[in-house]
Amino acid sequence: MQATRDFSHYVTSVGPGLAHIDLAVEGVNCAGCMSKIERGLSALPDVTLARVNLTDRRVALEWKEGALDPSRFIDRLAELGYKAYPFEKASAENAEVEQTRFLLRCLGVAAFATMNVMMLSIPVWSGNVGDMLPEQRDFFHWLSALIALPAAAYAGQPFFRSAFRALKAGGVNMDVPISIGVILALSMSVIETINHAEHAYFDAAIMLLTFLLVGRYLDQNMRRRTRAVAANLAALKAETATKFVHGDDVSVVPVAAIAPGDVVLLRAGERSAVDGTVIEGTSQLDQSLITGETLHATAGPGSAVYAGSLNISGSLRVRVSAASEATLLAEIARLLDNALQARSRYMRLADRASRLYAPVVHVTALLTVLGWVLFGASWHDAIVTGVAVLIITCPCALGLAIPTVQTVASGALFRAGVLLNAGDAIERLAEVDHVIFDKTGTLTLPELEVTNAAEIPVEIFALAGQLALSSHHPVAAAVAQAAGAKSPLVGAVEEPGQGVRGEIGGVEVMLGKPSFCGAERLVKDCADSDPEASFVAFSRGEDKYLFTVRQGLRPDAKLVVAALKERGIEVEILSGDREAAVRAAADALGVDAWRAGVTPADKIARIETLKRAGFKALMVGDGMNDAPSLAAAHVSMSPISAAHLSQATADLVFLGKPLAPVISAIDFSRKARHLMRQNLYLAIGYNMLAVPIAILGFVTPLIAAAAMSGSSIIVMLNALRARSADDHARFARAARQAAEAQSLSFGDA
Amino acid sequence: MEVLVILVPLALCLGLAGLAAFLWSLKSGQYEDLDGAAWRAIADDDPPDVPNGEAPHPVTPG
Repeated sequence: MQATRDFSHYVTSVGPGLAHIDLAVEGVNCAGCMSKIERGLSALPDVTLARVNLTDRRVALEWKEGALDPSRFIDRLAELGYKAYPFEKASAENAEVEQTRFLLRCLGVAAFATMNVMMLSIPVWSGNVGDMLPEQRDFFHWLSALIALPAAAYAGQPFFRSAFRALKAGGVNMDVPISIGVILALSMSVIETINHAEHAYFDAAIMLLTFLLVGRYLDQNMRRRTRAVAANLAALKAETATKFVHGDDVSVVPVAAIAPGDVVLLRAGERSAVDGTVIEGTSQLDQSLITGETLHATAGPGSAVYAGSLNISGSLRVRVSAASEATLLAEIARLLDNALQARSRYMRLADRASRLYAPVVHVTALLTVLGWVLFGASWHDAIVTGVAVLIITCPCALGLAIPTVQTVASGALFRAGVLLNAGDAIERLAEVDHVIFDKTGTLTLPELEVTNAAEIPVEIFALAGQLALSSHHPVAAAVAQAAGAKSPLVGAVEEPGQGVRGEIGGVEVMLGKPSFCGAERLVKDCADSDPEASFVAFSRGEDKYLFTVRQGLRPDAKLVVAALKERGIEVEILSGDREAAVRAAADALGVDAWRAGVTPADKIARIETLKRAGFKALMVGDGMNDAPSLAAAHVSMSPISAAHLSQATADLVFLGKPLAPVISAIDFSRKARHLMRQNLYLAIGYNMLAVPIAILGFVTPLIAAAAMSGSSIIVMLNALRARSADDHARFARAARQAAEAQSLSFGDA
Repeated sequence: MEVLVILVPLALCLGLAGLAAFLWSLKSGQYEDLDGAAWRAIADDDPPDVPNGEAPHPVTPG
């Protein structure tokens, strides 16, 4: 029986009789997908618009209100082979989109103004050595002013605003020297034009804004894109809750539509999406996502259920105390606040550079003016030379040095399956010299797997899988999946909390607790060898078999640990789980430093100790109990399967089963940081060459324009090298070979 | 040099026209999905834009 799905929460009205919904879609990555989806959805009656956005991996749909149920779209997409889910734009994302558009508008205005001013400047430059009349030159200067002044007033807004904010807060950022440089260059040019002077710098000022806006736009676009993908992933988790509407009628609604005070049904095998209190029913709960503890806890009326808990055996009625994002233990929330405050003190490379840069540039300009006056030049000439110094040092290449590298590197990370949550994560990740792993769900996979599949006869395995399909128990689900079972055994009956019973060819078959199947004797032999595993027994008549089920290590975990050590990074495991379980994992991976039974506060304490010792720690964890330590660490990563809160706190999120993205992230960040520094040196080196020329008063608008575009292009080209990292290419080769070797040996067995 | 009287306003107008076109394209959402636009250009044909129920206009080849 399936309760009705209610997506009305996501539907918006866009006009008379027209409804609109946005869906996040998984696996759209080519033109083929695009037209397949658009055709497939347009073919539904009453659909008026179906448009795929390939950049954001979303579909926008509009249809005539009335007959069509939005869940039809999801089903239709499932038929086409795509997983989709409705999606609600967070207000933060709307603000990012608006900001991106604004920057693009500014960039457009600045770029068109630059092109037109250049068209007037080039005749002036060539006319200065040829036959241009002074009146014509003045006319061209006035025309340039007509274009450049309004354009700079509009396109300079992002810089002026940010500089004003920084000055008001008593600080200096990169936008302060930019704004001063642009404003001074423009005012000086106007005065020079009034005085019929030979040189005006309208072209330099507006070109500077154009280049800088390119860097700003790239930066912003990358941030918008990561945020959109992260929001899709959250939507595709499709967290729903079964809510009681009236009496015993239930409806499956998205978590976003659940309010505190609602009563929801939590069936066996479901993961709770809300915090609440049990009002009816008893069951076992797997809280490993919250506490790291792999032993199950018993829940009955009055006990608390936290979002992320997996219900193992019975059905529960839960009264919601807090829905989705508001969830959590007060203790964890408090630790999290403190830890986040500590981290905001990190200063980005660009800010550090501008803190040094601005005073040096302004002092140089001032000294130039004073120097020329001392040498007997007029105040007018001295100030013109001083402003020329400001124009030539205006941090054009410096403004591009970091955003371009960041854009290219985040693209490379994206392809390697890593999403950035924080803008400065790349810089912090590059400094890491110590990695702390959580065990449950991070080093191990969140799903259960059957570890002794090779010891069970194939025919028995298939039969057990069929029987397992009739059970909601997660351990049974693991057996069913491992067996690849498709159709359940006809007539199988589940005995809650015990197992499944059925009949085949007149012989009784049972799957469930070892005591249920009379297989306690087998458990004794196995329990000693694998303390962490759960057991499920299968019996056919008198034949008895035992399946060992446990969370397996991620396939490449050992390789990743070795690669980290090779890079001079120390590895450590801190887990909330039992000692035996942690020891087993640490031994398998070759990690010497590990601690078990660690509380969230202990984890933070350990990170603080490392910090005081001067280590920069990367925390990799997924549980709710890891969230505070993720925030406390220098930088943090979470797998995509992590609890809501951890994912929101982590600086980076990685996708898929392998742990390799941890290495990719470190390698690409190190390369990116190297290139950022190189770019800063290139930009500064250019200044070292150009500034003496400016101080001596030889700079013409032509030289300023050539120097500015030349240095910007060099910096951008250098940034493209962040696409690949040598260390990482080596690691990827080794990982591929290992995976091939593994699949070969598995084939032999 | 009298030709400047015509050329300069012409150049300015062309520049403004280009800017206006850019702002229009931005406003009509043409930069929302650059990846998709790249593919749509080489896709065989677009899915029919006509509302459902009406037959698309017949296209005669050549």
